[in-house]
Amino acid sequence: MSTTTWGWLVLAFPLAGTILIGLGHKRLGRGPAGAIGTLAILLAFVSGVASLISLQDHESEHRQLVSSLWDYAVTGSIDARLAILVDPLSVFMMLVITGVSTLIHLYSVSYMKSDRGNARYFAYLNFFVFSMLVLVLAANFFLLIVGWAFVGAASYLLISFWYRRETATKAGIKAFVINVVGDVGLVLGTFFILRHAGTLDFLGTFRAVEEGAFASHHGALVAGCLLLLVGAFAKSAQIPFHTWLPDAMEGPTPVSSLIHAATMVTAGVYLISRMHPLFEHAQAAADVGAIVGCVTLLVAGTIALVQTDIKRVIAYSTMSQIGYMIMGVSAGAYAAGMFHLLTHAFFKALLFMAAGSIIGAMAGAQSLDKMSGFKRSMPFTFGCFVVGGLALSGVPPFSGFFSKDEILAFVGARGDWYVVLYVVGYVGAFLTGIYTWRMIFRAFFNRPSPEAVELEHGHIAHAEFPTNPANGEREDTEVGFPGPEHVIAEREIPMKVAMGLLAVGATVLGALQIPFVTHVIETFLDPVFEDSKYNSVHPSDGLIWFGMILGTVLALTGIAIAHFIWVRKPGTSAAIQARFKAVHTFLWHKWYFDELIDFLIVRPWSAFGGWCRTWFERVVAEGLLVGGATGVVKAGSQAVRALQTGFLRYYAALLLLGGAAVVLYFLIQST
Amino acid sequence: MDIGWYLVVSALIFCIGAGGVLTRRNPLVILLCLELMLNAANLALIAFSRMHGNADGQIFALIVMVVAACEVAVGLGLIVAIFRRKLPIDVDELKELQG
Repeated sequence: MSTTTWGWLVLAFPLAGTILIGLGHKRLGRGPAGAIGTLAILLAFVSGVASLISLQDHESEHRQLVSSLWDYAVTGSIDARLAILVDPLSVFMMLVITGVSTLIHLYSVSYMKSDRGNARYFAYLNFFVFSMLVLVLAANFFLLIVGWAFVGAASYLLISFWYRRETATKAGIKAFVINVVGDVGLVLGTFFILRHAGTLDFLGTFRAVEEGAFASHHGALVAGCLLLLVGAFAKSAQIPFHTWLPDAMEGPTPVSSLIHAATMVTAGVYLISRMHPLFEHAQAAADVGAIVGCVTLLVAGTIALVQTDIKRVIAYSTMSQIGYMIMGVSAGAYAAGMFHLLTHAFFKALLFMAAGSIIGAMAGAQSLDKMSGFKRSMPFTFGCFVVGGLALSGVPPFSGFFSKDEILAFVGARGDWYVVLYVVGYVGAFLTGIYTWRMIFRAFFNRPSPEAVELEHGHIAHAEFPTNPANGEREDTEVGFPGPEHVIAEREIPMKVAMGLLAVGATVLGALQIPFVTHVIETFLDPVFEDSKYNSVHPSDGLIWFGMILGTVLALTGIAIAHFIWVRKPGTSAAIQARFKAVHTFLWHKWYFDELIDFLIVRPWSAFGGWCRTWFERVVAEGLLVGGATGVVKAGSQAVRALQTGFLRYYAALLLLGGAAVVLYFLIQST
Repeated sequence: MDIGWYLVVSALIFCIGAGGVLTRRNPLVILLCLELMLNAANLALIAFSRMHGNADGQIFALIVMVVAACEVAVGLGLIVAIFRRKLPIDVDELKELQG
């Protein structure tokens, strides 16, 4: 089969899974839904591998294959086709997505087994994977926007999966609204680009840009790229569109693992890489991307230092790591950014899964304040957390070390003011070590919490009645709420397998791209990025060595500090908190971004909306428009009604006069 | 004879009829006046037919007579109905159809 046929199959399997589970959700029990869902994604992964193999058979300059299933609307300069682009970048993305998603589906089979909405869950999950694959396989802006919007919708469905929780539905709405802002940005950006490129097709657009379609419209290109960045920022949770991501932790933990770590949030990184010919011509937009990524990685790192909800800490670390990727790909480190995307998908999915396991042991509680001493009772989870933590904080030889340092080395090699980004990147790396290990030390070390003690005695703690971890509200365990049973990785084979495979990946994947030794990803992605103007930028050997040593030292120092504060001298944390109360409050409130957005956008709009409802709607719409129109009709009918006297002779006179007038007219005409 | 005279007579009868329709209030008289108008038209039609030596006008006059007969039947029926319901036989009083 041809490469693109495999590409279509990658799309077909998750879609088939969605439809099958979605239509049969009443008939399917708990087992089959999970099995079908997992199998669908596994088959998609296998097809992805097949397309990778058949892609390698092509000459390296012919590795961008477009296949169009049918023309949706082809008129003038609009060529909206249902077409996919199979090239190394999209194959890379689809392998990451389907690979990690398979494991997450597998994990979900156990994690969601007692949930009454099990079949619904797997239908949504498959739909999400399908949407994400549409996004990365799209060969034109049209299909990209479709996939982009589908992903937003799927994330809404999954975040508010437990729909009886008010906090969850609010978080879902928030995520959806912010994503729609991004969608609008993407669509408007597409218009700017379409206007001068004259085609929706990616390859055609890139060719047009190379041929100078924007030579005299440079402003339009920059504006288009900035609007694309708005879309990328909203999906990838970059400042100032990031506030949805921490709230999205309301969804089930595997959802956080899938959407908010491994796949959806990487859409922005993918978009910038895919659009690199545009961004390289719009330097200003690329710089904005790099700066925003850099700011995000620092801000998210500082917020993660003080949060106590274990999933939110990981969510902020995701934001921070995506910040690295956005910074990298905006600065031109495409292969390095993609490499980090790959390693991050593994270790972040792993961390979330391990967090899910602890949450299971805590009977649904997520606060780090309540967890401690799980090391002995949950050795497997602990091991996974340590592997994930080491990879995240960038300790050699774990995967995160190589990928993060490669981005930073490239940014440093750009010189100029990029050096600032380089320095901030290492500050962020230092913070990563602290907050990651703070979480691990707090959850696993020190005196065992009551739940840990209970687990040591062989049974999982159960709360007297389940409560919402976000607001303590009591909840029932009917459909639309988390299931009554809790699961931990130690007792569930599927969870163990998924986490084990991810842990292996998080450990060894760095080997794909070791400086001076291997260049697997760079070589593989080269056909896509070969025309990049940054191919000539190569970090010097000294810079690479310096970066690697600095990264290691910073990560280890961070871990050591975390160890000192939370294990050696457990009181230190409280002392620091008391000493820097203002800073703590500031970080605890997440730099007041929610409040700022509320003050700047939400309140003015809601005030405007209120004014519209009370004044505009009543006075202008109802009074002037509706009342005016009916008034005109009423007055008109009043006037016409006066003619209808009912006097027969009056009508006859009118008739005669009319007839006489007609006759007169013709008489005058004829003379 | 000049066709002008026929037309003058026709116009006179038509005007008498029209005047009657406009001024009289008894529906019976209005019907009579309508007949006058129709017959004025018939006179003109036949005069023109004679002038052109063509039978079309005469045929048309016959058709007008048929229509007039129908119209009188309907009109008289209406008047009888009004009379039976003991309504005033006066067109100015019958104005319930106003808007």
